Amino acid sequence: MTNVPVEGIKIPDIAHPEPQNNWRKYFSFSTDHKVIGIQYLVTSFVFFLIGGLLSMVIRAELITPPADLIDRTLYNSMFTMHGTIMIFLWIFPSLVGLANYLVPLMIGARDMAFPRLNAAAFWMVPVFGILLMTSYFLPSGTAQAGWWSYPPVSTQNPTDSVITGEFIWILAVAISGVSSIMGAVNFVTTIVRMRAPGMTYFRMPAYVWTVLSAQLIQLAALPALTAGAIMLLFDAAAGTAFFNPEKGGNPVLFQHFFWFYSHPAVYVMVLPIFGVFSEIFPVYSRKPLFGYKVVAVSSLLISGVSVLVWVHHMYASGTPGWMRMLFMASTMLVAVPTGIKVFAWVATIWKGKLRLDTPMLFCLGALLMFVFAGVTGVMLASVPIDIHVNNTYFVVGHFHYIVFGTITMGMFAALYHWFPKMTGRMYFEGLGKVHFILAFIGTNLCFLPMHLAGLHGMVRRVSSYDPEFAFSNVLASLGGFLLGMSTIPFILNMVGSWAQGKPAPDNPWRAIGLEWLVSSPPPVENFEALPIVVSGPYGYGKSDPLVENAAALKEG
Amino acid sequence: MDSSISTEKSDVAIAAHAAHAHEEDHAGNSMFGFIVFLLSESVIFLSFFAGYILLKTTTPDWLPAGVSGLEVSKPAINTVVLVSSSFVAYFAERALKQNNLLVFRLLWLLTMAMGIYFLAGQAIEWSELEFGFGDGVYGGMFYLLTGFHGLHVLTGVLLMGIMLAKSFVPNNYAGGHTGVDATSLFWHFVDVIWIILFVLIYIWQ
Ligand code: HEM
Ligand SMILES: [Cu+2]
Repeated sequence: MTNVPVEGIKIPDIAHPEPQNNWRKYFSFSTDHKVIGIQYLVTSFVFFLIGGLLSMVIRAELITPPADLIDRTLYNSMFTMHGTIMIFLWIFPSLVGLANYLVPLMIGARDMAFPRLNAAAFWMVPVFGILLMTSYFLPSGTAQAGWWSYPPVSTQNPTDSVITGEFIWILAVAISGVSSIMGAVNFVTTIVRMRAPGMTYFRMPAYVWTVLSAQLIQLAALPALTAGAIMLLFDAAAGTAFFNPEKGGNPVLFQHFFWFYSHPAVYVMVLPIFGVFSEIFPVYSRKPLFGYKVVAVSSLLISGVSVLVWVHHMYASGTPGWMRMLFMASTMLVAVPTGIKVFAWVATIWKGKLRLDTPMLFCLGALLMFVFAGVTGVMLASVPIDIHVNNTYFVVGHFHYIVFGTITMGMFAALYHWFPKMTGRMYFEGLGKVHFILAFIGTNLCFLPMHLAGLHGMVRRVSSYDPEFAFSNVLASLGGFLLGMSTIPFILNMVGSWAQGKPAPDNPWRAIGLEWLVSSPPPVENFEALPIVVSGPYGYGKSDPLVENAAALKEG
Repeated sequence: MDSSISTEKSDVAIAAHAAHAHEEDHAGNSMFGFIVFLLSESVIFLSFFAGYILLKTTTPDWLPAGVSGLEVSKPAINTVVLVSSSFVAYFAERALKQNNLLVFRLLWLLTMAMGIYFLAGQAIEWSELEFGFGDGVYGGMFYLLTGFHGLHVLTGVLLMGIMLAKSFVPNNYAGGHTGVDATSLFWHFVDVIWIILFVLIYIWQ
């Protein structure tokens, strides 16, 4: 099903030119999925630092109740750009980068199905990232309508500019969308059609299942945002009235378009991290993943349900009662497959021989914070509670436990875990632990007090607030600064280890998986001979071989 | 590490490399990927349709002042031409499969001509309308839907032009007809979308 027999030998096609074996290949239009994966990861991390810098300014403004540090319009621009950068330039591209690196290796393919498309999709990221940054130099300043860009706020043009920050914002998001769709087509084709002999669906690592589920969401839902963005662009630039109530349009329609994509998008972001959990917990507990098949299928279930819940972001947008009830029920339904996964992870760790290396620490911390975010999520799903805390810091707290506590922490876990494979070097364990401790304390210190402030009514997206909320905000700011500091040991570790770390063996964690059967880092085209897979993943504690031809996978 | 070995490739290594390249079914991958892409693209249209239905059923003054509706007969002829062109494209594709290049080229050209006829018809219709893009939600929706679809028709015609030109390249079909198959599929897609669009905009007034 995945392979055609080799019939005759023709002239070699040079579809995968061998990149120069030095740092320069990372600045070239390489088509090697591993180079592209690292390009994505490094680029997105640079934007993570930029987005983080903006959040430092936000937290500095909020450490005191009055708006005394920056101008209010600048503040609007700060949180808009912070959210946009973190989502479209950190979380999405870093996850795509990780998947780019891992998926072909994990399914036993030599590369992605469309290597050149892959490279083109990557190079759009720096392009739209820089484009977005240029809006700082416009007379209108950057977009200021928040990451969701609701009209009528987003269609205003107070400076009467020809090109507004909002215009650039829509353009950047549109390019990001094109890049994502190109990536999604590539991932789905690769996973469906490029698996090694014997690599059946139920022998794929759970991570690959989560990537497949996430990319299917991209294909099914992202075009809705594209549609909404096109209409918004015309409203802002060509005088149409789609979302303009003064001329008969309907602003809530934009919210539907936006959330029809952006709710499922939160699962695009979190599913691959669920996959990371499913890979890392078994390795550091020395036990098979509990209920592998159920965990695998639950990813698809989550994708399915996730496109049916978007109105929970719009309870307070004049949504009729019956619709609120319906979406309250469907939202709570998502908790079921999610709960199954949490149960499976806990059962995997349970009574295992735990090895608390940095990747495991980050995973445990992330799981803990995810459970907390799930609880506040279900609270928000309940209409009576949401009407009370909608648009307050409670929501900000909820989703930061996800986007930082779960996704970013999970991404760090993945980076540490696969660092030896990617670079051929070990990282420094001590620095990794320092990073974890700072990040874990920082996250909770920053985002836990936000729940309190929100419950007491502190609204989001304002630069001044009632002194009543001062205590929570001082804590949150201190936590925020701690998070800023936590990136220092990480950067030192990554840069230092890549240059000077101990050489890594092929399989430093004694993990089971195709990627660990080849050298660190794997050669171009990954496998000397394609693996012939003979058993499922996670054979910890058993002695079944994973492939029939382990010796033939590596050169020499 | 890898490059030093590969620069001095022995014959064996080259043979192995060639074998790698043929482990994969590139044409099959391309077609599969293209279908996935089209399914995703259709969601943009579905979103526009959903928006159209919602706005049409909830906007109090749907038609702008002084506009009585759309004339149906000429667009109906246009529709018949576009839909029939799908059948022509199908027969063109079949001729190619039977290696009948001449018939393929003729039918393919006919498909293109019908597509261009459709585009011209739409341009004339646009120029005669009494409302513009900015005239209320109705005007916006009309031009958005027909324009976005028209852009797809134009893309289809251009793709067909490329495929036609390529048919003159010697040995072009040694690796199969994926390009023609995909273009033809795209054309059917554009047709189906138009039928829905025609019902929504012209029939349901
Ligand atoms: C059990 C799972 C979850 C439930 C039931 C849930 C529920 C909700 C609800 C009802 C809201 C809307 C609150 C409001 O605006 O008033 C919300 C906001 C949000 N959630 Fe969740 N959530 C869950 C998991 C997640 C996950 C996994 C992510 C991210 C990967 C996430 C990210 C967000 C974001 C970003 C927002 C705020 C968007 C904004 O207003 O800017 N949530 N959640
Ligand atoms: Cu949601």
